[in-house]
Amino acid sequence: MKKIVFILIVLITLGIQAQTSEELGLQIAKAAEQADLGFNSSTVNLKMTLKNKNGQTSERSLTTKTLELTDDGDKSLIVFNSPKDVKGTSTLTFTHKVGSDDQWLFLPSIKRVKRISSNNKSGPFVGSEFAYEDLSSQEVEKYTYKFIEEKGSLVVVEQDPVDPKSGYTRRLVTYNKDKGYRFEKVEFYDRKNALLKTLIYSNYKIYKNKFWRAATFTMKNHQSNKETILEFSDYNFDIDLSEEDFTQVALKRIGS
Amino acid sequence: MNAFKKAGNATNVFARSWANFVIKYKWPVLLAALILAIGLGSKGNMEFDGDYHVFFSKSNPELEAFDALQDKYTKDDNVIIVLSPSNGNIFTKENLTAIEELTAESWNTPYSSRVDAVTNFQHTSAVGDDLYVDDLSYESSLKTDAEILEIKEKALKEPLLVNRILNEKGSITAINITVRLPGIDLNEIPGEVTPFVRNMISDFKEKYPNFEVHTSGLIPMNTAFFESSMNDMGLTMIMLIIVIITTFILTRNIWSTLATLIVVLLSIMSAIGFVGLMGIKLTPPSSVFPTMILTLAVADSIHILVTMLQKMRKEGLNKVDALKEAMRLNFMPVFITSLTTVIGFLTMNFGDVPPFWDLGNITAFGMGMAFLYSTTALPALMAILPVKSKVKKEDTKVRKEWYASLGNFVVKQPVRLTIISLLVIGGLTYLASKNTFNDEFVNYFDETVAFRTDTDYIRNNLTGIYNIEYSIGSGESGGINNPEYLKSLNAFENWLNEQPEVIHVNAFSEVARRVNRSMHGDNESFYRVPDNRDEAAQYLLLYELSLPFGLDLNNQINVDKSETRVTVTLDNITSADMIAFSKKGEDWLKNNTPEAMHAIGVSPTLMFSKLGFRQAESMLTGNIIALILISLVLMLALKNFKLGLLSIIPNVTPVLVGFGIWALYKAQINTGMVIVFGMTLGIIVDDTVHFMSKFLRARRELGYDAKQAVVYAFETVGKALVTTTIVLLAGFAVLSTSSFALNSYMARITVIIILSALIIDFILLPSLLILTSKKEAVAVKNIKTTQVAFDK
Repeated sequence: MKKIVFILIVLITLGIQAQTSEELGLQIAKAAEQADLGFNSSTVNLKMTLKNKNGQTSERSLTTKTLELTDDGDKSLIVFNSPKDVKGTSTLTFTHKVGSDDQWLFLPSIKRVKRISSNNKSGPFVGSEFAYEDLSSQEVEKYTYKFIEEKGSLVVVEQDPVDPKSGYTRRLVTYNKDKGYRFEKVEFYDRKNALLKTLIYSNYKIYKNKFWRAATFTMKNHQSNKETILEFSDYNFDIDLSEEDFTQVALKRIGS
Repeated sequence: MNAFKKAGNATNVFARSWANFVIKYKWPVLLAALILAIGLGSKGNMEFDGDYHVFFSKSNPELEAFDALQDKYTKDDNVIIVLSPSNGNIFTKENLTAIEELTAESWNTPYSSRVDAVTNFQHTSAVGDDLYVDDLSYESSLKTDAEILEIKEKALKEPLLVNRILNEKGSITAINITVRLPGIDLNEIPGEVTPFVRNMISDFKEKYPNFEVHTSGLIPMNTAFFESSMNDMGLTMIMLIIVIITTFILTRNIWSTLATLIVVLLSIMSAIGFVGLMGIKLTPPSSVFPTMILTLAVADSIHILVTMLQKMRKEGLNKVDALKEAMRLNFMPVFITSLTTVIGFLTMNFGDVPPFWDLGNITAFGMGMAFLYSTTALPALMAILPVKSKVKKEDTKVRKEWYASLGNFVVKQPVRLTIISLLVIGGLTYLASKNTFNDEFVNYFDETVAFRTDTDYIRNNLTGIYNIEYSIGSGESGGINNPEYLKSLNAFENWLNEQPEVIHVNAFSEVARRVNRSMHGDNESFYRVPDNRDEAAQYLLLYELSLPFGLDLNNQINVDKSETRVTVTLDNITSADMIAFSKKGEDWLKNNTPEAMHAIGVSPTLMFSKLGFRQAESMLTGNIIALILISLVLMLALKNFKLGLLSIIPNVTPVLVGFGIWALYKAQINTGMVIVFGMTLGIIVDDTVHFMSKFLRARRELGYDAKQAVVYAFETVGKALVTTTIVLLAGFAVLSTSSFALNSYMARITVIIILSALIIDFILLPSLLILTSKKEAVAVKNIKTTQVAFDK
């Protein structure tokens, strides 16, 4: 009898701990979301540099506009400035907390807006090492969480994507809890649970005394040895965009 | 001539004191030999490398071009799993579900980066202004019959699928797993990828027994290379048993059999140490080294032991005296024959195929060590072991008479025999020129290897396994969207499709056409490349944004969007046709496209096609050098310039005869056979050395005329030549059972060459000796020389 009681106690304790690690993970993700809340809207210029194994490079430049929404996922608009033959091509994305995102693309060459079936968001974004899912708004609901460890101010949380079409089994995210739970590093594990890529955030700057933004994202693919570097410049948090700036009409206007 | 005689005397004296020394210090000598062998052996490390890259030297231009192509796009090692459902229709709910399941499981293959199947094919369609890019069949188990019929229609119309992933009838399909190996650990394929794939397939077969499964691709080929190395290593045991039996039959003495066994084992142990010290990774061609060393090293011991036992049995010498005499008489011949064999094997370094460098170097080292052990450990052992032998009435008289009568037969009709021999050799030489190179890598394995039969099934039922790739540049960043480029690329694609040997073409122009059609509401009249650069670039951007993980275009387009990759799959064709086809494609580009688009064809299969030619070209110098060196050694050993020159005939003609007979047998030569000239030269030269030295001894010492000297040579050395030939034939016959054609063909032609060499040495050589001696006065007759070192 005593034995059974003991086992029960052990099991309950373990159960509590398991729950705790998941809850703790979720708690951290929510804290990070909370810390970044209230930026309303921003624009930023982005230079994307693709490097292959031999160090050959290729560049693209883009402008991104983001509108913060609280009841659903953020809306974003990306405009390509170069290469020349895709200049003006723009994408409009409505991320959703639950279900597939909506995405449209404006093609200036035919002056038409095309809706993209967005079941596939795990593929490389314009040939880079970033998948569309790596760049889209990080909504809390898109993952389940598990707290892994804490080292000083750094907290590591495992995130498992909810979407079955994701290219990953899990991501290991390192937050900096002293710096507004900003991301320091993300490790991506592919479908066979092998380390695929590492994303390092660097050159952080704080805007409006609250919002941490890294000026450099370095994504290294360990399997192909290719690398993509994103360099952000001219962050603007005072632009004060509204929903009207994120419609198909706006998409057409911006591109042409 | 005097200098040579002195040298001969000197070696004689040296051999005698060597024998005395070894017998006097038998224990220390044996111990030293053991320590040396164990010391070397302890450094031994046998690792197998199945990567097909090992067949190409670092400087091989085709390999460089292919690696450059893989760096630009993606490195594609693959496994093709071919599924044939028993109902002969892929498109049923059950079969599609099974395929979808296996496809999902395939993503778990270690190092996999991409999985292509009929179910996850990214089908593009347009509904109004929406572009849909989605799996051709997702969640197949929920599909209705009508939907499945629709999927079937789409699939069978899809140029990217038909003849690549799907056959025209829709009865057979493939799952292609692309694997990106880090290439750090030799165990990646044999230890990780292959076991995973095999398990996955056996689980699949259990769950879906209605599917027949075949596998091919570069990974299974790699595994086949690896496993055939292991198998060929296993032949060593068979050869070891043959060595024991042969030695026992020839010496009829258990102790000498034991001593021989120890000598060959020490030689192999040392060679294994050499492999470890040099960091050599074993491959199918080089993994036969233990059998080679066994075969060649045993001859050394047999020569010494047979003489020793003869001296004891026939002449009644005591053990030590017989041993000393055997050493004295055999030291030089064993040295010379070892030297020529080493030279022969070292010439493999002139070739362009690294596994043969390894085979040559390991065997040469092993032969050097075999010489050392045969002249140290062997006599020491024989001095220690309680060898007893009674003086026997020999029954060899009968056999001796047989050799003598063969000699007499030759002596009676040298002119006729020479003419007949030369006619036969001439005819076979003519036939030899009819052989053609064919290095179809699939045929490297015989039908006992599953990789071969599975690959044959795939190429007969689904698609080709020979391909050629062209990386076609546009000359500018983003230039692949230039309509001029796309039109030329499209024209190239069309031209390729028109060629009768082409089964499938995968070109970026097809993607451009397909997306253009979808951007125009799936209107068939827009199934052509876009006319406007911005349009093409923007469509491509849209399309790329729609592709899922692992199914992107990075394997077809470089990062700069300045080049695309065209992959042509070809029907079963020979190496020569393959090379010609690749050239034809290059020429078409030169004649029909701007300069930036000119490209050379590359691929592993093409590299193998060119391997034989490249090897033959580079081995030519090596063979000439081997011939010159070995002829020089012979001139020195025989102390006769004329006979050294004459020896070229019986040394070269067996190879011509061998390839002539081969033309009647297979008429196809592979890379493995290119090395046989140098290698067999080093081996067959022994016959000539022994025969000529006996002939010379009879002329110089015994004062015989040419005819008598020939009969004498037959009597004294005939049996020894036959026995060593039998040992060699046994060794190479064992190797000829290898399932790996580079080894088995090489061994088979070596069997023919060694046999021809013996016949030529018994028929043509004596005839020539008589004919050439006639003109010469009997001047040499009375010159007394001390005993020539080649005696028995």
